[in-house]
Amino acid sequence: MKHGSSSPIILLLSRVLSPYIMLFGMYVIFHGHYSPGGGFQGGALLASSIILIRIAMEEKVHQLHFNKAYGIPLGAVGVLIFFGVGFIALIMGGHFLDYGLLPFPGIITAELRFYGILLIEVGVGLAVMTILVSIYDNLLEEDDDESI
Amino acid sequence: MSIGVFALLLIYAAYGLPYRGDPNALVNQEISLTGTPVASSYYIENAMTDANTPNMVTTVLGDYRAFDTLGEEVVIFAAGMICFLLLNRERKREARKQ
Repeated sequence: MKHGSSSPIILLLSRVLSPYIMLFGMYVIFHGHYSPGGGFQGGALLASSIILIRIAMEEKVHQLHFNKAYGIPLGAVGVLIFFGVGFIALIMGGHFLDYGLLPFPGIITAELRFYGILLIEVGVGLAVMTILVSIYDNLLEEDDDESI
Repeated sequence: MSIGVFALLLIYAAYGLPYRGDPNALVNQEISLTGTPVASSYYIENAMTDANTPNMVTTVLGDYRAFDTLGEEVVIFAAGMICFLLLNRERKREARKQ
């Protein structure tokens, strides 16, 4: 949908709803320690807010919002955050993904595990969001090539 | 017809399931059928003190079973990569034909 919608209702609604969905996705990721949620669910919500803009707006606008060239590289960054946290713990002398040995000074082991879980949830959220958006982009490009 | 029979079979089998939170059910025992201790009782007792996280599910998913979550994330990344590579390849081939 490179040309977007011409209906002002759809344009306004998507413009108003998208930031709130994105905010709720952030909340689901960062509040996953206390309530149901986590990286996968929050990443899906973030992706839905980006795809909503992609459905409604024309291409020039939604490429400013989230450029499709960033999709796969940012997904790789998300996976590398998760793997890197595990690998740092391995280098510091623990097991792979043993967050108790992460090199943050002045924090007790239980708190270190808390922040380790938070770090990997951020990595999962980033990867899920960018990969879902990139799958959408790839399928859509195919569609537009056929229609031309 | 066969779907209806299968659904009836599933509903009949569901009557044999234990009630949720039943302390006598086999899944809630601390010792499994083979005589080894079950991991879930350890998680329930130590999740809060180990990771300082009130949500037990997050601790199991992100800490005790983090390797599994890493695998899931790699699967999602692989799915995205496969989509990207396959669709771009088709596109390139079509462009070459024209």
